[in-house]
Amino acid sequence: MKDIIIAFIMVAGSGFIFLAALGMVRMPDVFSRMSCVAKAATMGLGLLLLGLAIYFGELGVTSRALATIGFVILTSPIASHRIGRVAYLDGAPLWEGTIKDELAGRYGAGAALEGEESPSGENREGEGASRKSP
Amino acid sequence: MILQLVTSYVVFPLLAGALVLAFIRLMRGPSLADRIIAFDLIAASSAGIIVVTAVTTGESVLLDAASIWAVIAFLSVIAFAWFIEARGRL
Repeated sequence: MKDIIIAFIMVAGSGFIFLAALGMVRMPDVFSRMSCVAKAATMGLGLLLLGLAIYFGELGVTSRALATIGFVILTSPIASHRIGRVAYLDGAPLWEGTIKDELAGRYGAGAALEGEESPSGENREGEGASRKSP
Repeated sequence: MILQLVTSYVVFPLLAGALVLAFIRLMRGPSLADRIIAFDLIAASSAGIIVVTAVTTGESVLLDAASIWAVIAFLSVIAFAWFIEARGRL
């Protein structure tokens, strides 16, 4: 019975990682690929670690697995946010079906017009924070 | 028994397929950010492979390897993101 539960959880976890990889190949621009990896790979790795914790069922292994799950859940959004931000500043092209770009004009040439109403922490990158034209 | 069957016929092939698709994006990716995201996914799926290997072999020590590999992957992604940002100024 325990084996069936573990097998189900592990199939779900590896399925999530495979779906992340599929979205990685099929998605049209950097930002949608980034969102695929950030959500699905975190979920998949978390489910695999949960299956491992159930399989061993010891205090030390379970606590280490839960600590690793917490670490992955904490760090994966940070890494994706960094990649998305620098990809935007580096001038990565948006998908042509994008309907809203809320950062448009906030960096680079148009930033002087709207610079006053942006929060002060937003321009902490200094002179490097200007979006190159794609 | 069923766990051995499921891991060897379903879980490992799915993770290996994820690795192959991520390597396709690593080779094709038009920008550097795409390749970094592909590296992030390769790190996640190889950490998954380490975790499933820990289950199939019964060696709980491999969990330490998986968690440290996750830490190193996170730090290298942050370092690569810093590199993209600083590339124009170097």
